[in-house]
Amino acid sequence: MSNITNKSLTEIVDLIKKKEIKSEEVTNAYINNVKKGKKLNSFITESFDNALTKSKNFDAEPNYEVLLPGVPLAVKDLFCTNGVRTTAGSRMLENFVPTYESTITNNLWSEGAFLLGKLNCDEYAMGSSNETSFFGNVINPVKENTVPGGSSGGSASALAADLTPATIGTDTGGSIRQPASFTGTVGLKPTYGLCSRWGIVAFASSLDQAGPMTKTVSDCALMLEAMSGFDPKDSTSIDRKKENYSKKLTHNIKGLKIGIPKEYRVDGMPSEIEKLWEKGKKILKEEGAEIIDISLPHTEYALPTYYIVAPAEASSNLARYDGVKFGFRSTNGSNLIEMYENTRSEGFGDEVKRRILIGTYVLSSGYYDAYYIKAQKVRQLIKSDFDNVFTKVDAILTPSTPSSAFKIGEKKDDPISMYLNDIFTVPTNLAGLPAISIPIGHDKNNLPLGLQLIGKPLGEQTLLNLALSMESKSNFKQNITKWWEK
Amino acid sequence: MSIDKDKIKHTAKLARISLDENKIESLSKDLSNIFNFIEKLSKINTDKVKPLTSILDHSLRTREDKVTDGGIRDKILENSPNKNEEFFIVPKVIE
Repeated sequence: MSNITNKSLTEIVDLIKKKEIKSEEVTNAYINNVKKGKKLNSFITESFDNALTKSKNFDAEPNYEVLLPGVPLAVKDLFCTNGVRTTAGSRMLENFVPTYESTITNNLWSEGAFLLGKLNCDEYAMGSSNETSFFGNVINPVKENTVPGGSSGGSASALAADLTPATIGTDTGGSIRQPASFTGTVGLKPTYGLCSRWGIVAFASSLDQAGPMTKTVSDCALMLEAMSGFDPKDSTSIDRKKENYSKKLTHNIKGLKIGIPKEYRVDGMPSEIEKLWEKGKKILKEEGAEIIDISLPHTEYALPTYYIVAPAEASSNLARYDGVKFGFRSTNGSNLIEMYENTRSEGFGDEVKRRILIGTYVLSSGYYDAYYIKAQKVRQLIKSDFDNVFTKVDAILTPSTPSSAFKIGEKKDDPISMYLNDIFTVPTNLAGLPAISIPIGHDKNNLPLGLQLIGKPLGEQTLLNLALSMESKSNFKQNITKWWEK
Repeated sequence: MSIDKDKIKHTAKLARISLDENKIESLSKDLSNIFNFIEKLSKINTDKVKPLTSILDHSLRTREDKVTDGGIRDKILENSPNKNEEFFIVPKVIE
């Protein structure tokens, strides 16, 4: 079958279930694309042998009663995979081979999928451009000299370039939604606690959440259904029945109330993004939703709050990398303390060190109340803003990012301007809410732009339905030329 | 708020990260900028606000205190950069 890799995950699953294509054919088609797509640098580790063996096993004894029968999937290299090295984009874990499987990937494999490879990401998921990876920056398939966003940049790049039919990322401050927006794909950050964090390399534990990255909204529903669910091994996992997101997916959004927060109209936002936002409102209105102006007064404090809470948690989480139990160990130093200090100095990259220092500083004696406790109080105010508006609306519509994909190197030496990229995505992580980014249009340079829908806690179904409606009416089409194959 | 070079050195010591002298200057500049940006929070009065310590409605789940796995010493040692059959090996701590 020609061009199988152009198809959506849902279409591929249908073809496999109807026995019109074999898992091995699908797998070979993606392996072929990955081999031709090396210029994008989206893969850190390839698992072709594993994928081919599993696809042949599937074809020999097919089980169609699962959500992802015989589907090869590449995943962000932050998910621990049993026997396959897991680097988190860091020199520190360059040779780390987990002896266990993360709950999320395990869930995907239980639904019939298997591993195709591990995808590049910013080091320990700290970054918005995939330029902090020890394994080099990733290229956006949309345009050669642009970043794919981050931290799930390899996931977004591989997905948009047809190197995997769907993928998963993690989102601590926008790391699924911003790269999705930059590459014209769909990315969902679920409610905190919906997807297990067990076996994911930790960044900031009160904010981290794994989610699907897909070509279509239907694919997104399917992936979320496959990966989500209660996990006793994660003490923050929500104990509830699994949802049938794809079965319940509907275009009917009549009567839903959509809030438009005035605080998201930030200074210096390109008029194209303003127009895109208007387009989104118009579509939702025409589909029968009601548009309501709302206010989230503490929005401007979200990013400063995030840059206290996230580094504080990161400095604590990353204390485990001491060169003793696993990961890199420096050979320099004459005693234990020097071994620790050199291991962490040589093993971590600049951005990770920067954030560990910020975190250590805000948690240190004399500064803890002024910074960390203050941030936790403001976090409460930000959450209360959302609690208040969600008594009046069902979802909130905003742009996903304040700009389209930027050039490689453009923001690398200016941490603040890099951090500002997450201005629209960070508030939802602080409040633990679900949010989805969907591609809606292109800017004048032909770069994709996305809109974000933010939902109530566990409001994923409403978000998916709204997103489906917007997807079908926005007429967004990828215009990727596959320049890297030439 | 400025984070001078001495503060950087002290914080790096706490974080167990050795820093090259030439990196300290740029880190001081970066962190000063970041803390100026964070400083915005001092504008809000939070005297009556309780710190948010969990975004979940339920408190953290506990489990029964019983052994659920074990006998995985070799697995645990597998990724250590320096070990023998039973232990992690570290530089000499006691003279």
